[in-house]
Amino acid sequence: MLTFILRRLLSAIPTLILVSLFVFTLQKLLPGDPVLAMAGEERDPAVVNYLREKYHLNDPMPIQYLSWAKGALTGDLGMSLRTEQPVSQLILSKLPVTIELAVLALLVALLIGIPTGIVSAIRKGTALDYGANVVALSGISIPNFWLGIVLIMIFAVKLQWLPASGFVPFSESPSRNLQTLLLPAFVLGTGLAGTLMRHTRGAMLEVLRSDYVRTARAKGLFPMAVVLKHAFRNALMPIVTMTTLLFGELLGGAVLTEQVFSIPGFGKMIVDAVFNRDYSVVQGVVLCVAIGFVLLNLLADVLYRLINPRLRNAA
Amino acid sequence: MTAFAPAAPAAVQPRLRSRFLQKFMGNKGALIGAAILILFILIALLAPWIAPADPLKANFLSVRKAPSAEFWFGTDELGRDILSRLIWGARSSLLAGGVSVAIAMAIGVPLGLIAGYFGGKLDALISHVMEALLSCPFLVLAIALGAFLGPSLTNAMIAIGLSAMPIFARLTRGQVLSIRHEDYLEGARAIGLPDRWIVLRYVLPNVLPPLVVQATLTIASAILAEASLSFLGLGQQPPAPSWGSMLNTAKNFLEQAPWMSIVPGIAIYVTVLCFNLVGDGLRDALDPKS
Repeated sequence: MLTFILRRLLSAIPTLILVSLFVFTLQKLLPGDPVLAMAGEERDPAVVNYLREKYHLNDPMPIQYLSWAKGALTGDLGMSLRTEQPVSQLILSKLPVTIELAVLALLVALLIGIPTGIVSAIRKGTALDYGANVVALSGISIPNFWLGIVLIMIFAVKLQWLPASGFVPFSESPSRNLQTLLLPAFVLGTGLAGTLMRHTRGAMLEVLRSDYVRTARAKGLFPMAVVLKHAFRNALMPIVTMTTLLFGELLGGAVLTEQVFSIPGFGKMIVDAVFNRDYSVVQGVVLCVAIGFVLLNLLADVLYRLINPRLRNAA
Repeated sequence: MTAFAPAAPAAVQPRLRSRFLQKFMGNKGALIGAAILILFILIALLAPWIAPADPLKANFLSVRKAPSAEFWFGTDELGRDILSRLIWGARSSLLAGGVSVAIAMAIGVPLGLIAGYFGGKLDALISHVMEALLSCPFLVLAIALGAFLGPSLTNAMIAIGLSAMPIFARLTRGQVLSIRHEDYLEGARAIGLPDRWIVLRYVLPNVLPPLVVQATLTIASAILAEASLSFLGLGQQPPAPSWGSMLNTAKNFLEQAPWMSIVPGIAIYVTVLCFNLVGDGLRDALDPKS
């Protein structure tokens, strides 16, 4: 297994180099000159030149890339042009917020998606199955920022049960933290619940058709025991892999949800950075998200091997 | 499928087509989805003739009017008729979906064909680049590209198209790999047909069905992405209407004018749902196991 993980890690290196090249090029192609923005209204040529030297902007592109990549490898992603704080520090301060939101959203997705998928597969072809499918497809099709707006209108504006926006850290007040994250987590989780439900249903249908499930039924086991002990356990493989990959999707989906609910996380940071032309932050965030995605892919592969005895033994 | 046995495909193809049509027509969800989409496309095409008012004309005497007999879906913060903006907005949203996917396919499919058919270092290079692009979430990539290109509907479509492109490249490559050693391709190579001809005449038609399914599903994602970019201010620019930009404005008037948010949201939801239903229907109809 260790050899497999090492091999997969090595194979991720070219991808990560390409991602870093892409992120670096993208930043260079962004419109506007950050140095002119930093030099103030007077744009004194001496100041402009000093800033260009300071940020190595006069160096040739490959040198600029190498110096940036060297810094990135040691955790130095440069300074935010707007707040003048280190980008890595900014990311580290925002990341826990988004991870908390993503974990809660994943929980919502699992709680809705898996039971609905199982029931839908057991009751295949019934009104319940069709209903669950329509709900799942709706979850996938609904724009999550709009769902956020609608839920704010109902639960914050009309009923005044939950706050419309903002964020309270867990360390400050656990209950208020949960209150502020309840709606955003639900909004973010519903889309994934739809995807998860469809995958669970597909995996369960596949397993329910198999010989060992038929044998378990023939032995006279309780239907629930057949479904949960024999069918679901074997259907878990694709579901676990899917869940790992969906966690990566959540980081992307958080961009809009955090914007709608004014949550000061990773997603809101990238949108603010784009509008403030804070290029080093955009660069840092995209790089971190891509690394996270690559690592989650690796985790999905490892989990798949761990769960699947045939692959585990082959390894 | 067998290109070197003309008699067989002639007999098999119509049978396959009729089986596909039979399966697709038997899927009620897909049929309803297709019917609603056709209606929406007609509405978008006929917008200049069917919109009750000018979607850009402000009317300060009717600011934020609730839905009524005069204004079916109410008016916005500048007194513009929401129904008219919705009808014109359908153009932007459907156009964004179609054009983005066309861009994604125009770049992704040839790259996938080259990678899958020729293999070797070219395949490794293309695959690594696609994997790198896929390692960034679709929306984050679209936002970053949208920011680089500048805010406009055209640039949003390019950004979404480029972000969706790796999906098509990877799918095409996978499909090509699965048929690469089929007898009819070996035969075509054996009689010395040029690679370009083999790829266009024999490989492409055989990998097309899953691509069509993917295209339908990607249109749904592209419409959502365009709405998201417009919602963030990176897509259609005011005063031109798009469903996403209408929601962007509406979020500032949740208490005073909730109808401003409800109608465009439902329009996006129904359109995306219909594309997903049609995509699912196509996939089931093309799946030999179903």
